[in-house]
Order: sequence, then C-alpha cells, then structure tokens
Amino acid sequence: MAAAQPVHAGSKTPRNLFAEQAANRRTTWVLIGGFVLFLAFLGFGFDLFVFGYDAARTVRRGQTPIPVAALLATAVGGVSAFFGYRFGDRAVLASSQARPVRLDDPNARVLVNVVTEMAIASGLPMPKVYVLDEPDPNAFATGRDPEHASIAVTTGLLMAMNRDELQGVIAHEMSHIRNYDIRTMTVVAALLGAVLLLSDWARNVRLRGRSDDDDRSPISGPVAVVVFVVWLLAIILAPIVGQLLATAVSRSREYLADASGAELTRNPIGLANALRKLAAATAPTRRVARGSAHLCITDPLERAVNEREGAFADLLATHPPIQERIARLEAMAYQA
Amino acid sequence: MSLLWVVLAVLVGILVWLYNSLVWLRNQVKNAWAQIDVQLKRRHDLIPNLVEAVKGYLQHEREVLQRVTEARTRAMTASGAAQAGAAEGRLSQAVAGLMAVMERYPDLKANQNVLVLQEELVSTENRIGFARQLYNDMVARYNTRQQVFPLNLVATGLGFQPAEFFQMDAAERAVPRVDLGAR
Repeated sequence: MAAAQPVHAGSKTPRNLFAEQAANRRTTWVLIGGFVLFLAFLGFGFDLFVFGYDAARTVRRGQTPIPVAALLATAVGGVSAFFGYRFGDRAVLASSQARPVRLDDPNARVLVNVVTEMAIASGLPMPKVYVLDEPDPNAFATGRDPEHASIAVTTGLLMAMNRDELQGVIAHEMSHIRNYDIRTMTVVAALLGAVLLLSDWARNVRLRGRSDDDDRSPISGPVAVVVFVVWLLAIILAPIVGQLLATAVSRSREYLADASGAELTRNPIGLANALRKLAAATAPTRRVARGSAHLCITDPLERAVNEREGAFADLLATHPPIQERIARLEAMAYQA
Repeated sequence: MSLLWVVLAVLVGILVWLYNSLVWLRNQVKNAWAQIDVQLKRRHDLIPNLVEAVKGYLQHEREVLQRVTEARTRAMTASGAAQAGAAEGRLSQAVAGLMAVMERYPDLKANQNVLVLQEELVSTENRIGFARQLYNDMVARYNTRQQVFPLNLVATGLGFQPAEFFQMDAAERAVPRVDLGAR
C-alpha cells in the first residue's frame, strides 16, 4: 500500500491537477485492493486455525476445498467497498442530519451563489448543497465524482464567515471534489468500517475456538507458527492500521485542497482568515460522526493532536496544523 | 517482428489519446466561452431590476444610474467580439461605480429587495470574473498542448488553432474591487 504514503508536511513540490487526479484514482484502487486482500487474509487465517481448513485432505475425500471464511470476508469487503463508493455520500449526509438546500431558498442565497461561483471557477457541475443545523463552524464535501458531489456546511459557518471567507471554504471543498478526494475518502471510510467489523468479530470467535478444541489446526511446523502469529497480529492491529491509513490519506489532501482552492478564488487570504476563525471556534461539531472526521475542512473533534507537528502527530491527526495551513496560504498571497 | 507491432500499436494509441485530448480541450474552451455569455446575459437581465429598485433612494445620483443604463444598452447592442468586450468592460465599471455610490446610502440597507438584488449582482460580477478566469485557464492549456512535442508537428495540419486569451482593457483593470460582502 505504498501509494497511501502521505506527502510530508515539508514537501512543497506543486504537482499539476491532472497528475493529482490520476494519482488519487490510483490511490483509491490500491487502497481498495489492499483492504480487500487484508480482509481475505483475515478470513483465510480463520479457515486455517478455527475451521481446520485442509485443502489436501478435502480433495482426498473427493470434495472441493472451499475456504468459507476467506470468501465471506472478501465478499464483505467487496460489498462494503461498492456500497461506500455508490452510497457513502448519502450515509455521511444522513448520519450528520444534513438537510438539502433548494437552489431558490432565499435564506441560503449567499451560500448558493458562492457555490455557483466556485462551480463556474472550477468548470465543474453544480454540486448539491446541504446545511447542518449546528453552531460550530465546519464544512465537508462528499460523493463519488464531480457529477455526484455534495457540499455541506454548518449554520455556524454561515453565521461566522463573511463572503470572502465563505468563498475560501467553498473553494477548498470544491477542490476536494475536483481532485477526487471525496471518492478516496468515502471509500476509505467504508472499508475501514468493514475491517473494524470483521476484526472485532474474528477476535471474539477466535477466543471461543481456542478453548473448545486446540489441536484442530492442520498445518504444523515453523511456517504454521509464523502464519499464525502474523494472522493474530493482523487481527489485533487491524483497527489501528486501518485508522492510520485513513488519516495519512486525509492529511496529505488538505494542503493540496488549500492550494488549489486559492487557485480558484485567486484570494488565499480569504481562506486563511476563514481557517483562523475555524481555529478559534472551540466547540466540537457534534453532528459529524467520528468516522467522517477526515471529510471536514477542520477536525470536527477538535483533537489537540492536529495542532502539533512531528512524527507522532503526523500519524494520528486527520488534518495538518491549522497555523501551518494559514502560514502557507499567506505565503501564496505575498507571491501573487 | 511482433515486438515491432506492439511498439507501433502503443505509438498509435498515444497519438489517438493526444488527438482526443486536443478535441476535449477545444470543447472546454468553447464551453467556457459560452459560460461567460450566460453570465453576461444574467447581468443584463439584473441591472434594470436593480436600477428600478434603487431609483427612489438615489434621486441625487441620476448620472450614475443613467451611466449604468446606457452602458447596458450599448453592451447589449454591441456587435463583434472586440466591441462587445469593450462595452462589457465599461458596463463593469459603471456597475462598480453604482455599487460604490449605494454604500453611501444607509437607507438602502434596510430594503430587503435591494439587498437581494445587490447580492445577485455581486455574485454575477464574480461569476463573470470566474468564468473568464476558467476560459483563460482552458485557453492556456489548449494552446500549450498544441505547442509541445509531438502535437506541435501536426496540430495545425489537423485543423487546430491557438485560441485567443480574454484580455481586460486597461480602464477596466484600474477599477478597484468593491467588497460588499462584509456583514
């Protein structure tokens, strides 16, 4: 899963947009493949060590050897990847209780106008617009491609931002759409869910299996021990590894979305000021579930880890430090 | 021998892809241009409504209103890209002038109808600006694609011509940006 390597905070090489989109599509496929393989491996270990799967013996008996658990786990991974890709946006919007905004809603006139402006600037179709009744300012974008994309903002954001700042925030979200980050992140969220589900389940059953009957495992010798240890580690570490992958992908996308958002508005200061206001807001965004945190413009959970630079913070944070993002945007303004 | 065929097939594939990308960019340029027209039309439609709504408040600013109305008429009747461009430029100036004047009349802020029209006009001015920005970005990409190897050898032969950038005339560029978004 090398493609999920985060672009480190220090690297400033600008890549062009098409390279970004292509890289992101590739990352999505590599991630999906990696997750599904990982799930198959979890399932296959199950077949070996719990069900006593032994291909050679089954064939000798004249039956077809079917690794039931491996197939089942792969199927769960495949199905959840598909549903994440196809319906992930709806799940995220529904879980945050976002309500759709009609384009002629007089109360949302400025919001709809600003989104329209950014759609024109980016040359993309108009995304669907949603509002969350929530005092904490935040925003996110979701969907599977620019033709099926949604942008959601909280009422707190609408209250706090002036037109330029709102434009900066929407430009940032529009860049996530244009760079296909929304697809990557929605699929990652769905697969992460599947991994968590299966590893939870595997851990519970494994404990029972061992107490029942310990000598079922058909393979023996050092190879079996190594496979067994790796499998056990995989099950134990699955939630952590999955989470790390998701945050790594998410963090690397934020600087890029800031930069290409500034490219859309040609006004990096608007977004910088918006980020400053977002940083000052302290209340967590309650309506955004933990699993969708990486979709938002700033971490809705307000975890302190996002404000630190360094190797450890890099591993755990879904977003780079806001101060660093502001500094980069302001540097852009001086160049212009 | 078969290796030669593979190489040939790959080369042809690359050429087809490059050719298609040029066609795609040409269409993007056309679309972006059409989008500018859509937004200009929107501005033409909005202006009479705004002028009507603020006329009562701006008794002493007849000149400003008249300049906007005239500039609009000239922009709508202009023929040819160059003339239309210049006329739209003057209209932008006149609108910015009106917006600046409106700032001096606090009474206007109390009129919901005026506020709505003002927001619509601000947004339309932005849309025109962003549509032009997209057009120029697309033109830049389209022209660059034609100028780099290997398409520079065949682009003209295949009927592709560099597109023209939209250029603001000096007068329009000198107009300061009016921010009416502050709440």
